Amino acid sequence: MLLASYLLAALAVLLAWPVPVMLARAAWPARSPAAAMVLWQGIALAGGLSMIGAFLCWGLAPLESGLLPAIVTLAHAIINGQDLPHVDLIHVFALSLAAMLFGHLTLTLIRSAWRLGRMRQRHREMLRFLSTSGTPKPGAATPGTVVIEHATPLAYCLPGAGSLTVLSSGLLESLTERELRAVLAHESAHLDQRHDLLLLAFTSWHDALPWLPTTRMALQAVGELIEELADDAALRTAERSDLLGALAVVATAGQAASLTGEPGRGAGGSNAAAASGPTPASPRGHGSPSESLTSGRLHRLLNPPAPLSTGAARLTMSVGALLVVIPTVCLVATSWGI
Amino acid sequence: MAALGELERSVMDLLWDHSEALTANAVRDFLADDDSKELAVTTVLTVLARLEKKGLVDRERHTRPHLYRPTATRAEHTASLMEDALGTAADREAVLVRFAGAISAGDADALRRVLAARATDEDASGFTARA
Repeated sequence: MLLASYLLAALAVLLAWPVPVMLARAAWPARSPAAAMVLWQGIALAGGLSMIGAFLCWGLAPLESGLLPAIVTLAHAIINGQDLPHVDLIHVFALSLAAMLFGHLTLTLIRSAWRLGRMRQRHREMLRFLSTSGTPKPGAATPGTVVIEHATPLAYCLPGAGSLTVLSSGLLESLTERELRAVLAHESAHLDQRHDLLLLAFTSWHDALPWLPTTRMALQAVGELIEELADDAALRTAERSDLLGALAVVATAGQAASLTGEPGRGAGGSNAAAASGPTPASPRGHGSPSESLTSGRLHRLLNPPAPLSTGAARLTMSVGALLVVIPTVCLVATSWGI
Repeated sequence: MAALGELERSVMDLLWDHSEALTANAVRDFLADDDSKELAVTTVLTVLARLEKKGLVDRERHTRPHLYRPTATRAEHTASLMEDALGTAADREAVLVRFAGAISAGDADALRRVLAARATDEDASGFTARA
């Protein structure tokens, strides 16, 4: 079990720093956002597992049995108030850390899910009162689409039970029907692929461990990847030029609106800083007219990279899955005295 | 439940469209005028109580019968929805995912320039092809 704890600790360290940093800097995720997404999930899940597992195994090592029997022995000892031989204060400390880490991660996830669910519920309720009945354009007459009266061109989706795509009246006025269809396809991809669950997982991963910079990198990368995935889905039914045209209109208007709405923030300062951080959102162009773009998403829409080969994408996804298998096997293998 | 929801919306629309506070009786009369459907005052009172609980309606208790008015105008409520949507609210968590939400001002400009350049290119090539 001591060996398992060292292996898990080594894996935890790798997944906490060098691996996510390398992935955040890599250029290939733009070529296969789905594979990169699986890899990020593997890194976060395996990272959490191995962190908890390392402390747990190390703390239980003096009991010299498999993980499960050791936990049972420990529970008996705690209930009956017995002392366990060879289990010192330092082992108790490691075990407490494992328990606290597990509780902290789980509670943060539950709390985020609950709070987000409540906020979305309120938003949905207000939409029921404020959405206009009747859809002015045939493109918006999709079920699950509502329109609110507001001049700023705006589109967003509200995930969860009874998911909705919300469009502003300003959007309907400033987009062509084909552009509108591209927007709707993009938003419904977010909803169909349950991107809200990915965002929830990585938001609470960052909330739980805000001092670990790689959790912020992961959240930023995942935020970018879900947009790229939704873009790819939209491009299956819409023209690239329509999606780009819609993005240009909405991005420009959204900037103006959020600046007037929040004058204290200055000329897009914090936005620009967030976008140019150490994320895949670094400029990758060489001599193209879109060189100055900081958004990897826009860059790949304007200059579509060749997608990864099916084999390479599958291999990457397998690596993501394998990352989760390794700590699990380590924990299970302790039963055979490793 | 759905019918009650629709009724809630009709009552809010009514209150938002009136500048003065209304009694439950007045609400019932206006609704009857609009849809020519008869509602019991108790139903209207139930709906108003639900709206009050949701924080959408204020009840003035010092008059008899009680007067009801919206807590905020329709435009104010829409503005606060937009605040949620534009991420200017205090809590900047991902309540929703906005189209083009993460694109910076500089990128929006650059994108417009690229698209404009491409459009002129296409116009020019189209022109030469035709000529």
